[in-house]
Amino acid sequence: MMDLWQSYGIWTAWTFLYIGLIVGGVLISVAYLTYAERKVMGAMQRRQGPMTVGPFGLLQPIADGLKLFSKETIIPTQSSRVVFLLAPMLLFALSLVAWAVIPFDKGWVLANINVGILYLFAVSSMGVYGVIMAGWASNSRYAFLGALRSASQMVSYEVSMGLIIVCVLLCAGSLNLQEIVLAPRPLWMQALLFPMFVVFLISILAETNRAPFDLPEGESEITGGFMVEYSAMAFALFFLGEYANMILMSAITTILFLGGWLPPFGILALAAVPGIVWFGLKTALILFVFLWARATLPRFRYDQLMRLGWKVFLPFTLLWVIVVSGTLLALGALP
Amino acid sequence: MAAADFLINYLPILLFMGIACAVSGAAVIGSLLVAKQNPDPEKLSAYECGFEPFGDARSKFDVRFYLVTLLFIIFDLEIAFLFPWAISLGDIGLFGFFSMMIFLAVLTVGFIYEWKKGALEWE
Amino acid sequence: MIVQALAFYLFAGVLLASALMVITARNPVHSVLFLILSFFSAAALFVLLGAEFVGLILVIVYVGAVAVLFLFVVMMLDIDFAHLRKGAMQYVPVGIAVAAVLLGELGMLYLSWNAAPDALLNRGAPGALLAGPTNTERLGQLLYTHYAFPFQVAGLILLAAMIGAIVLTHRTRPGVRRQSVATQHARQARDVLEIRKVETGKGAV
Repeated sequence: MMDLWQSYGIWTAWTFLYIGLIVGGVLISVAYLTYAERKVMGAMQRRQGPMTVGPFGLLQPIADGLKLFSKETIIPTQSSRVVFLLAPMLLFALSLVAWAVIPFDKGWVLANINVGILYLFAVSSMGVYGVIMAGWASNSRYAFLGALRSASQMVSYEVSMGLIIVCVLLCAGSLNLQEIVLAPRPLWMQALLFPMFVVFLISILAETNRAPFDLPEGESEITGGFMVEYSAMAFALFFLGEYANMILMSAITTILFLGGWLPPFGILALAAVPGIVWFGLKTALILFVFLWARATLPRFRYDQLMRLGWKVFLPFTLLWVIVVSGTLLALGALP
Repeated sequence: MAAADFLINYLPILLFMGIACAVSGAAVIGSLLVAKQNPDPEKLSAYECGFEPFGDARSKFDVRFYLVTLLFIIFDLEIAFLFPWAISLGDIGLFGFFSMMIFLAVLTVGFIYEWKKGALEWE
Repeated sequence: MIVQALAFYLFAGVLLASALMVITARNPVHSVLFLILSFFSAAALFVLLGAEFVGLILVIVYVGAVAVLFLFVVMMLDIDFAHLRKGAMQYVPVGIAVAAVLLGELGMLYLSWNAAPDALLNRGAPGALLAGPTNTERLGQLLYTHYAFPFQVAGLILLAAMIGAIVLTHRTRPGVRRQSVATQHARQARDVLEIRKVETGKGAV
């Protein structure tokens, strides 16, 4: 009986430690992603970026966080108070819980569930509520319009993301994320999936409301979109949630297309480096694409955005599902 | 025992959800308590380019947003059907493949209809 | 497993409480938000039963899509609900009658329920089903071949829903200038531009 309790105790302590590590890791990554964004964009625009706080401005994100924490939380008189405060909390909590199923290395996963990719899809589809709740609860015209736009944009691109995931599943034959990473993927299969990789990269830009698809917060038309009325920590949570989602989407791309924690190009000599390093590097590479796109591309117009989602990506990904499944079936290469 | 083995994988998710809610709640409430709150009616009114907001902001909006979500539900269901198909295609073979192709063809008819009707147009 | 039982009571409790709030909340948007919470708890109950695929699809389809539509409809209709509520009491007898009919139907269904002998055994030991391929794979192995006909009917229902949605909600607005990508790409510089030599001091004519 003692043994049983002891093993439960160890299990619980280990789980809490792991959750703590994930939460801490995500928060630190988010802080330094904002720093990296300002530095990268600075370099691309021949500026220096943050330089004053700490060496090379390295303490800037912490200073920003402390400043936002010590600001006054403004709750507009006309708003629905509870929903108003729940919306950022929901978005931030969702961007954290999704990490529960991400494998950082072989066996390094908090919850190794059979339907990992469905869990991620479900969590990302719930993100729409944070946006709609914020826009509705603020009871402000800009916020309401911004929320409508943002919600429509997110659901539009979720369709093509789902179809792309189906293409990958056809090649992997499992919904478990570790098995997706470990599924053998010969070169021709990589080539077959490459167009989907490109479409997925563009779709995650739209799904996370990032430039050039950042028109929900298009400051020239609707000032700040659904976040207009937010201040202090409530705003900071939106901000943290957005960046945590960027990192999450990059991690998902790494798992689906870039082989997760496996060394690049299957070079065995590189396997000496721990898998989590490769995982981090690949994720950072995709994150760089996010920043690069923001520094380079002008914003889309709303009708262009919708046309791209519904008239280009949707038919193309649907066709590709048929192409991939047909090829695999004809070659007898189905798992 | 098998059921418990499989559910043990979901327990950390439940714990994680609790912790995530606690962290985000603590952040907002902590800031509310620590920071100096000094509300005044002008500060608390909704933002609207310099003039007093009139009427309720929650007005009627374009029916297009509604149509987009409707179409999204249908495609979401289609994807829900595709998931189990994708991972079991190796077992169900040609019959399963053509079964899905007919299903997709029927929905493509609907997609072409909505395209021709201009339901995907925004201006 | 005591944790399993606790989780069941937690989610069942949240499900019932939020379902009650759906019908009692004053603000319709709050009702929809509580409906989402109850969908979510129902999904958790499915997972507890071992039906992880069904549970997560419930979240993806109902929470991620259907409830967004509900929320849009409730937000869009902009009905004065306090005004509607005034006359609501007169519908109580009709409501009770409908509820009684539904309850009767449920009772009849329960009495005439025919379960396969295997099904009862499986219900007793859901764990046995989980050995071997995952339940998503098992679903896939049956749905597209053994149940091919109901599957196609589901496709037709979706088609009807799609066409219905467009017929009911789509309006073309007159006098809107749209961007035509094909025309823009087809436009050539030589069709619209002309380069003329202008002599100094004469100006262009």
